[in-house]
Amino acid sequence: MSQNPTQPTLNRRHFLKAASLTGAAFALGLSSTDAAVQNLSIAPGAAPTPSFGLTPYIQIEPSGRITLLNPVPEIGQGTYQSLPALMAEELGVSLDQVTIRQTNGDAQYGPQTAGGSYSVRGQYKALRQVGASAREMLRQAASQQWNVPVGECEADRAVVTHKPTGRKLTYGQLAETAARLPVPKDPALKDPTTFRMLGKPTPRPDIPLKVTGKAQFGIDASVKGMVYASVERSPVIGGKLISYDASQATRLKGVQQVVRVERVLNKNRYEGVAVIADSYWAALQGRKALRIQWDTKGLDQFNSVDYEKKLRDLAQADGITGHNVGDFDKTFADAPTKVEAFYETPIVSHSTMEPMNALAHWQSQDKVEVWVSAQGPDLVKDELSRVLTIPKENITVHVLFNGGGFGRRLTQDYATEAALLAKATGKPVKLVWTREDDTTQGPFRPMTFSALRAGLSADGKAVAMQHKVISPSIDATMDAKYDKTKPDGTMLEGTGDQKYEIPNLNTRYVHADIQIPLTYWRSVTSSTLAFSHECFLDEMAHKAGQDPMAYRLSMLTKDSDTKRVLTKLREVSSWDKPLPAGWGRGVAQWEFFAGLAGQVVEVSKQADGSVKVEKVYCVIDLGTVVNPDAVKAQIEGSVAMALTAATKDGITFAHGQAVQTNFDTNRMLRINEMPAVEVHILAEGGPTIKGVGEPGLPPLAPALANAVFAATGKRIRRLPFDLAAV
Amino acid sequence: MATLKLTINNQPHTLDVDPDMPLLWAIRDVVGLTGTKFGCGIAQCGACTVHLNGTPTRSCSVPVSAVAGQKITTIEGIAKNGDHPVQKAWVAHQVPQCGYCQSGQIMSAVALLKQNPKPTDEDIDAAMQGNICRCGTYTRIRAAIHTASADLSGAPKSLKSTPKLGKR
Repeated sequence: MSQNPTQPTLNRRHFLKAASLTGAAFALGLSSTDAAVQNLSIAPGAAPTPSFGLTPYIQIEPSGRITLLNPVPEIGQGTYQSLPALMAEELGVSLDQVTIRQTNGDAQYGPQTAGGSYSVRGQYKALRQVGASAREMLRQAASQQWNVPVGECEADRAVVTHKPTGRKLTYGQLAETAARLPVPKDPALKDPTTFRMLGKPTPRPDIPLKVTGKAQFGIDASVKGMVYASVERSPVIGGKLISYDASQATRLKGVQQVVRVERVLNKNRYEGVAVIADSYWAALQGRKALRIQWDTKGLDQFNSVDYEKKLRDLAQADGITGHNVGDFDKTFADAPTKVEAFYETPIVSHSTMEPMNALAHWQSQDKVEVWVSAQGPDLVKDELSRVLTIPKENITVHVLFNGGGFGRRLTQDYATEAALLAKATGKPVKLVWTREDDTTQGPFRPMTFSALRAGLSADGKAVAMQHKVISPSIDATMDAKYDKTKPDGTMLEGTGDQKYEIPNLNTRYVHADIQIPLTYWRSVTSSTLAFSHECFLDEMAHKAGQDPMAYRLSMLTKDSDTKRVLTKLREVSSWDKPLPAGWGRGVAQWEFFAGLAGQVVEVSKQADGSVKVEKVYCVIDLGTVVNPDAVKAQIEGSVAMALTAATKDGITFAHGQAVQTNFDTNRMLRINEMPAVEVHILAEGGPTIKGVGEPGLPPLAPALANAVFAATGKRIRRLPFDLAAV
Repeated sequence: MATLKLTINNQPHTLDVDPDMPLLWAIRDVVGLTGTKFGCGIAQCGACTVHLNGTPTRSCSVPVSAVAGQKITTIEGIAKNGDHPVQKAWVAHQVPQCGYCQSGQIMSAVALLKQNPKPTDEDIDAAMQGNICRCGTYTRIRAAIHTASADLSGAPKSLKSTPKLGKR
C-alpha cells in the first residue's frame, strides 16, 4: 500500500467532530496510535445518544491500518469473528486485513453484553450498515478526489478503484476525506449472493492465538506492582463473619496483609477475608492459615433432601397462572384418558474452565481500572459504579478473552470484589478464585420440579395439558423488589410457547424461597423445563399408542418453524428406519427466547447394563446464518454441556454447604463420553434471525431420556441420572 | 524460599521461590509464561498440562522444587512459529471455542502422538480423558489428532485429510 506522507493525522478532537458532524452513525476516524482509539472510547461526554448500531466501530489510519471494534466479548461463541465480519463484509475488507479490538463498555457503543443468544441476530443489520456506510463514504471520497462519478468507483479489499482508468487509492489514503463526509442514512447493503464471508464457514481469527498460548484471558492480565489475593468466604453461603485471627497468616513469607472484603452479588452482600500476598501461592497459603469464626446459624440447616421434599409438597399448591388457553380443568376432567407425571432436575454449576478472577487498580481521585473476563464491559462498568459509588467516567474496563461464560460472567461480583480490595490496599490487586470457590459459592442454575397433567381424547389426541413449575426463582435471589404475587416468566420459560396445537393449555408457577444465590445458565430455565415438558409429550404419545415423532407432527397442522424443524429432523435422522437391536432413539424440540432447535438422540444398551449415547442429530432454525462452522461448534458444545447437566453430579447441599467442590466430585463430561453430533442448519432467509449459542441445549436431555425409554423401557423423570446404571 | 534452576522451553531460569510452590504458578507468575492455565489445582482438568522430560504432567500438582534441573516444555515451547502439526490441525479443524483448556489439550495431544504416532479413537479417548473442555470441543479434538497424526507421519495426502470447514 502506498502512503501519502503529507496526510495529516487527525487528533482526538477531529474524531469527535467527525462523530458529531455525521450524526454519529459511526466515526470513520483516523488515528495514529492505539491510545487514540482508547481515548476516543473513554472520552467523557463524547458520546452522542447511544443507540443500537449508531456508534463508532471503524477506525482507519493513514497507514492503512483498519481497526474494527467488536462490541460483544468473545466467550467461546465466536463473536470475535462473527461481529467484525458483519462490518468487514460490507466495508470490503477481509478479517486478515483488520485489527479487532474489544469495546470498553462506553455507552456510545450501545449494548455490549453476550447474552440471550443475541449477539449476531441483534446486530446483524446495524453492523452491516456501519460497514456499508464506511464503504460508501470511501467511494464518495475517491470520486471527489478523482472528480469522477461515484458509480465508477469500486471499493474492495481496502482499496477504491476507478474502474474506467484503473486508478487506485487505499482506504488509508481516503480516510481523512471520507471522515468529513456526511454519513449516508440508508446505505445500500450488499446483495447476499455476493457475500464473501457471511453465510460461509469462515476461520476464526482468535483460534491461532488460542493454539499458541498467546490469547490473553482475564487471568493473564498483569500490571507493574501487582499483588495477589485469595478470599476465604463462609462455606455456608451467607454466613456472617464473627471474627478472624490473621496472626499465623501474616507470619508467612510473602503474605502482605489480611483485609475484610465484601462480595456484592446482586441484592446480596457476603463477607469474606482476603489474604494479600506477593504471589498467588503465598495468598493461598495465608488463606489456609486464617482462623475464622462464621455465624451460620439457621443457614446451616439447608440441605437438598429436605428442600426437594419441600418442592414436592409445594406441588399441591395452586400457584399462579402464567399462560392460559381454553379451559384446562374442565377438559381434563372430561377427558377419557389422563396422563400425569412429576419431573425433577438439579441445581448445577457453570464451571467455566477459567475460574472467576479480576485485576483491579485503584488510582487517585477515585478512579479505577480493571482487567477482567466478563460477558459485557458495560455490565462491569455499571456494577463497579453501583458498588463503588463512583461515576462511570472514572472507570476503565478492559475485557479480555473469556475462558467460558455460560451466564456466570453476566454477574460481576468478582470484579467488584477485586476493585474493593484494590481500594482497600491501594495496590493493583489480582484476585483469583480457586476452583473450590467457583464450585461452592454460586450463583447456581436453579432446579425446577414439574407437575404435568394431560387429557387425551378417545383417539389419543391431546386436548388438555397443564405444566406446573415448582421452583426457587432466579429473579427472587437477585432482586429485592421481586414480587411473589406475579407469575415468574423466567421460571416458566418456554412452557407456553411451544407450537403444539393443544386447545386447552395452562402453565402455573409455584414459588419456593431459597437461601442459595441463583443466576442465568446457558439457555436459562429452558435447560430444565424442556426436559419435563418434552419427556411428558413422549409419555402422552406412548399413552396414545403413537410414534413420538408422528404424535408431535400431528399436533403441528399449521405451518410453523417448529414443524419445519421436526420434519427436517425426521428426515436427517432417518427416524422411520429401524435401529439395530438394543438401540433406541428419542426426539425433542424447544422454542424459547433464544431460538429453536430439535434433536434426535440415539442410544444403545450395553452388555454391562449401561447406556451409551451413540449419536445426536440436531436441526437448528436460524433464518440467516453468519458462520455455519461456528454454529456447528455451538451445537456440539451445547450437547456436551447438556449431557453433563443431565448425567453428571450436579450440586447438592448438606449442612448449608455445597457437597461438590471441584472436578473430582462435580464431574464434567470427558472426551470418551462425547457422542457424534450431526448438525443441520435451516437458513432459508425470512425476516427474523434466531440465536445460536443456547438453542442446542434444551432438547438434549429430553431427547436422551426419551431414547433411553425407547431402548430400555425405563422412564427417566429425574435428572441427573447415571448412564452406567439406568 | 529457595533458589532453583529451571529449564523451560530450553531457556534457563533462576527462580527465588517457595520450593513448595506448584510448577504452574512458577511458570505463570514468576517466569511470566501465561499460556499454561489454572483450572482446578488438583490435577483433574488438565488445563495446566506441560511436558516434564517429554511426559505430560499436571503442573498444578508438582512442587517446583521437584522439577529443578529437568526439561520443561510449555505451549509456548512446542514450535517457534505456532506451526506444530498439532497446532496446525487445531486451526484446520477450528477446535477452540473459549480456548482456555486448549493449551493443555494440545500438550496432551503432542505427547500422545510422540508416544503413539497412529492412535485410534480409543487411544485418543484414553490419552485425552484427563483434559476437560466445558465448551465441548471433543469431537474436533479427536478429528484434529488424526489429522496431525497423518501430517506427522509424512503422509503425502495429509492435507487432503484435513476436512474443509463445515464439512465434518
